[in-house]
Amino acid sequence: MASEPPPLLTMSGITKSFPGVRALDGVDLQVQAGEVHCLLGQNGAGKSTLIKVLAGAHQPDGGSITWQGETVQLSSPITAMRLGIATIYQELDLVEGLSVAENVFLGHEPTSGGFVVRTREARTAAAALLERLGHPEIDPAREVGDLSAAHQQIVSMARALSHDVRLIVMDEPSAALDPDEVDNLFRIVDGLTSDGVAVVYISHRLEEIRRIGDRVTVLKDGRAVAVGLPAAATPTRDIVAMMTGRDVEYVFPPRPAADAPPNTAEPVLTVEGLCREGEFEAVDLELRPGEIVGLAGLVGSGRSEILETVYGARRPTAGRVSVGGTPLRPGSVRAAVAAGIGLAPEERKAQALLLTESVTRNVSLSTLSRFARGGWLDRGAERAAARRATRELSLRPDNPDAAVRTLSGGNQQKAVLARWLLRGCRVLLLDEPTRGVDVGARAELYAVIRRLADEGLAVLLVSSEVPEVLGLADRVLVLREGRVVHEAAAQELDEHRVLDLVMEGSPTS
Amino acid sequence: MTQPAPSAQHQGPGKGRADAPASPPSKKQGPGARVLGFRADVRNLSLLGVLVVLVAVGGITEPDAFLDTGNLQLILTQASVIGVVTVGVTFVIIGGGIDLSVGAMVALASVWATTLATQEYGFAGILFTAMIVGLAAGLVNGVLIAYGGLVPFIATLAMLASARGLALQITDGKTQIVTVRSVLDLGLPDSYVLGIPPLVLVFAAVTVAGWFLLNRTTFGRRTVAVGGNAEAARLAGIDVRRQRLYLYLLSGLCCGIAAFMLIVLSGSGQNTNGNLYELDAIAAAIIGGTLLSGGRGTIVGSVLGVLVFTTITNIFALNNLQSDVQQIAKGAIIVAAVLVQRRTLRGGDT
Repeated sequence: MASEPPPLLTMSGITKSFPGVRALDGVDLQVQAGEVHCLLGQNGAGKSTLIKVLAGAHQPDGGSITWQGETVQLSSPITAMRLGIATIYQELDLVEGLSVAENVFLGHEPTSGGFVVRTREARTAAAALLERLGHPEIDPAREVGDLSAAHQQIVSMARALSHDVRLIVMDEPSAALDPDEVDNLFRIVDGLTSDGVAVVYISHRLEEIRRIGDRVTVLKDGRAVAVGLPAAATPTRDIVAMMTGRDVEYVFPPRPAADAPPNTAEPVLTVEGLCREGEFEAVDLELRPGEIVGLAGLVGSGRSEILETVYGARRPTAGRVSVGGTPLRPGSVRAAVAAGIGLAPEERKAQALLLTESVTRNVSLSTLSRFARGGWLDRGAERAAARRATRELSLRPDNPDAAVRTLSGGNQQKAVLARWLLRGCRVLLLDEPTRGVDVGARAELYAVIRRLADEGLAVLLVSSEVPEVLGLADRVLVLREGRVVHEAAAQELDEHRVLDLVMEGSPTS
Repeated sequence: MTQPAPSAQHQGPGKGRADAPASPPSKKQGPGARVLGFRADVRNLSLLGVLVVLVAVGGITEPDAFLDTGNLQLILTQASVIGVVTVGVTFVIIGGGIDLSVGAMVALASVWATTLATQEYGFAGILFTAMIVGLAAGLVNGVLIAYGGLVPFIATLAMLASARGLALQITDGKTQIVTVRSVLDLGLPDSYVLGIPPLVLVFAAVTVAGWFLLNRTTFGRRTVAVGGNAEAARLAGIDVRRQRLYLYLLSGLCCGIAAFMLIVLSGSGQNTNGNLYELDAIAAAIIGGTLLSGGRGTIVGSVLGVLVFTTITNIFALNNLQSDVQQIAKGAIIVAAVLVQRRTLRGGDT
């Protein structure tokens, strides 16, 4: 786009404050019709707030928005939709109890007399949209709660397209998708832009932005630090530097030196022939103290299910999990925890943390009895112990009374790790440890995980980001459709090899 | 939900790409079966089964008394009043709320509609007043919850207390006898249509209207959306607060109608009317499969829940079992029904 027509959308000097935070501090954004405009920035940089302003879900405190040459007020989600601005949120914004078609047309159902929903018409129209999105197999009458995450994403997209859109905002649309689904997503984006629709694309994955982006706007601390850079020509290190002030995307701590004696300690965790029907089969694995083992695989390959079964949250149909040579009672989280297994779950906000409670109370949750004196909690001891654990992980802010809700994603994860550290666990299971953690904080989290391993902990890691598994783990098990198809030292693998293994022999019929 | 079964859709082998492992095996439509062209929940079918068993038990233990036409009419009439209340409460619960004040609203509407001043306006005056008082109480609930930010439990608890208090103040604890003939006539066998009491017809009409509203209108969709995922509803452009207000208005209106039905039945208005209706209505909705956390529920299930409850009460009474035993049995049934449902649900889930 050399000679620029007037922009479709211009946001200038947008400011927005929440109690205690200045989320947007004068952001500019200019989007042309038919382009893919990428919005980059670390978590907390203001991307989510900006797109909510654009969706009419937040009202800005200051600044102006021009749409097709006219100044507009996006006073509600409906206003934005009527103008042709649709948003696909990262947190799936679907109603599980409604069907696919009902979700697609929620809020603007085809009706007779404005009241009675024309169900058949809605289903036909939804089917057409799903067809256009390359997913005719999704039944419009099916309840959304029964669909996989990837299919739910497609439904969100169908909902965006159900409006007469000129601009679609996609907030990390690829986060829940497998590589081939991402290709499908890119085809859809291409189709949209060739129809003249503008796409604002948010992603943490720089390589995606290279592939489909036209221009890039970078946010940092509520300000746009770069506006409208060419996506293809700007070097990655420049973009990362603008986002973080550093110039590398992943920084991994060093592994034990290659000439160090091989780890011959007795395995602390042994998994033999573990099966869960329909999820995974015959998984064998050994984990020694001081070792980080990674599980790589697609969504649905069984990687998280294996972790949860080892933890006792799911009951295996066959096989055995032993800690220090003693078999665990299958399907019992209590047995697993008593034997020294700890889990940092993928959905840490929902499954691990009491968000409104203090750091201390979150960290001490699994060890409360240790601080009890005849039923009374020795709160001084609780606080001191929690503080020791959080300091060891350099959790910030160094304030044991801060509500966990106010911490960044990386520090929330540290609070979860501190809980297990305090408990003195021997095996740590990490499910997507850096999901929702920004680039800068990741390196620190990696270093913490490696340090814990060096201190003798055994770590089992699951991540959808292959570079993360390869960079952090000592040994990697590659999973495909519930089976371990390859096992090797991490240094012997590269990203392409892993992706090949993961996809190899995918059903084509 | 009871919705028409999908017409033959794209159920083919799909594109058979690598998304096969990501999506659960193409299980048809969760737990459900086609009945008369409608998809009925397994739980509704099992409730229907329970009802059939109850009727059989009644017919065997008290063959003459239970199956007597008069007794069956009595069961249905008793179910009608609480049933109308339950339809309203079901909407509120599906929409993510709770209404503890229904019994008190019934009491308030029934006494306000039977004061000497109101009775002067005859049939229409009584009916109109009952509905307006119900709507007004619902409006207060709705405004406090939707726009005042009060938790539904608290707001309706406050309404429960104050509406009962107001009802007591109006009556001074006395029973207000109704002298309007046309109102009283509605309760007499002469006005039965083909053997069906008019109040039962009202209940049937409210049920059908409720079913239609929930399953066929934007109002119903929005109710499910607001209860299932309020943020998603807001971002879809739904006015979540207004929808919540409407739900409490609807519940209030149902209470007004139920109050009128109670006036017809008892020939009077009393401040003790509708005692513990909130418990019966909520319990019937829960037994009928409505999720207390919102976002899911059916009118058919709630109505079956009401019928099951009323039939049990009737059988117990015919067998001379006292109300203390009835209460204990009701509690046990609630627990049993929910346990059975959880099992059915888990079996159906992936």
